[in-house]
Amino acid sequence: MKEFINNLKKFRFLFWELVKKDIKLKYRSSVLGVFWTLLEPLLTMIVLTLVFSNLLGKGDDNFPVYILCGRLLYGYFSNATKVALKSVRKHGSMIGKVYVPKYMYPLSAVVSNYIMFVISLVVLVGVMIFEKVKVTWYIFQAAIPMLLILVMTMGVGLLLATFDVFYRDLEYLWTVALMLIMYTCAIFYKVDNIKSAANEWIFKVNPLYSLIVMFRDAVFGRNIMTQDSYHLWYSLCFSFIIFGLGILVFWRKQDKFILYV
Amino acid sequence: MEEELIKTTQAEEALQNAGQETPTPPKKKKKKKKKLPPKVIVVENLGVRFRIQEQKVDNLKEYFVRLIKRRLNFKEFWALKDINLKIRKGDRVGILGLNGAGKSTLLKCIAGVLKPTEGTVTVKGNIVPLLELGAGFDKDYTGAENIYFYGSMLGYSRAFIKERFDEIVEFSELGSFINVPVKNYSSGMKARLGFSIATVVDPEILILDEVLSVGDARFKKKSSKKLTKMMKKGVTVLFVSHSSDQVLANCNKAIILDHGRIVASGKAEKICAQYEEMISANV
Repeated sequence: MKEFINNLKKFRFLFWELVKKDIKLKYRSSVLGVFWTLLEPLLTMIVLTLVFSNLLGKGDDNFPVYILCGRLLYGYFSNATKVALKSVRKHGSMIGKVYVPKYMYPLSAVVSNYIMFVISLVVLVGVMIFEKVKVTWYIFQAAIPMLLILVMTMGVGLLLATFDVFYRDLEYLWTVALMLIMYTCAIFYKVDNIKSAANEWIFKVNPLYSLIVMFRDAVFGRNIMTQDSYHLWYSLCFSFIIFGLGILVFWRKQDKFILYV
Repeated sequence: MEEELIKTTQAEEALQNAGQETPTPPKKKKKKKKKLPPKVIVVENLGVRFRIQEQKVDNLKEYFVRLIKRRLNFKEFWALKDINLKIRKGDRVGILGLNGAGKSTLLKCIAGVLKPTEGTVTVKGNIVPLLELGAGFDKDYTGAENIYFYGSMLGYSRAFIKERFDEIVEFSELGSFINVPVKNYSSGMKARLGFSIATVVDPEILILDEVLSVGDARFKKKSSKKLTKMMKKGVTVLFVSHSSDQVLANCNKAIILDHGRIVASGKAEKICAQYEEMISANV
């Protein structure tokens, strides 16, 4: 344990270097630079609003803001897990030469994407002002789903990074899985408009959906604590269990990475 | 292939130069009572077992197909077995052996990147590996950014790199190229930068794998001079090679590895002679 903390101190600088590298290089060769982080969700929001607002958007909440909430959270989860999945194998050549705590690779990928996610919240604020969404103090409760999604993504990222070392086709499987997760996140439709007894379970098993529901509640000024408590408890438990599992699996398998990368 | 050969000979020259510049410590007989320098690397009963699959299974599809067919067979073999090694401060140890003898595996264990199946490795002091210089660079980063990135990988602090930044740039002789992405570097430039970053600290243990060919002839001289200076300061060197000439030129001690076991260890001259015999006997 003491060794762990010493190592953490020694390689703290490396961790931030890795985070910085991800962010710096992502937009290096693009003209718009970090502006893309803002433009991309905004454009998706506009398209989805135009296509779906009459069909699936009936309800109280402002539809563009509703879409943007889901889209930003899902976008973060999808980007971060995709980068984390490849992170260990990408740094394979160094793993065989210099000792570096290996959890740095997936965790830095998750954190760098989180920073970009937080930056992209500017778009949400902008659209909220534009659409004149009424804000209450409950908006600060958005910190709960935002914290939980970070914990959950770290757990999933660690798991994916570990298995990707041993099974290379995981990358393709995960792309498919992400698509399924996206459609069950209710990003561009309102669940009440399509919900039936037969499909309700789909929304109950998807922890990302629970996080998005809570995030929307906070954004639209509702108190998370007085809403359906299922979402809070489910996502809380899921996030910490998957985080623990991720650490455990990564810890157990990390000494074998060098034989496979 | 041809290029590789040229590289090897050039590097041999460089290393021999380095060896010549090293003054051989005056031999004093009957000085056994002198206190020996502290042990910096202690390897005890080290063993590394590898599982070899007849065909490498590295994807899920293959894995399940084989699981159903019950064809997940592994062959096991010991890459290293019963290795005991004590290296004292200031020793320059050559590790000799043919291909597949376990030299690199031993180095990986000492560097701490490979966890042994059994036994322990204790290392005191920081290790700087001079292996495949520039392998850890990010190709989209500029040279300057890579100095920070690669330095952080080697465990340097930001303040330390900042302080030594100019020294690194100067030694690498990259000049204004330092602000160009590394993907546009020649292999020699990459190696020069890698060498400059790795050797900016005063490492306690230096790991050299096979040949060290850095840049052009002039830079080679410069780099071997720097290595010699380090050796004078009493850095411990681990030098892996399958050429006894290189070992003789650079090391004072040597071991021979064969099929994962140490078959001989002792003074470099004696061991190198034994190694030559071993090779000619095998042919």
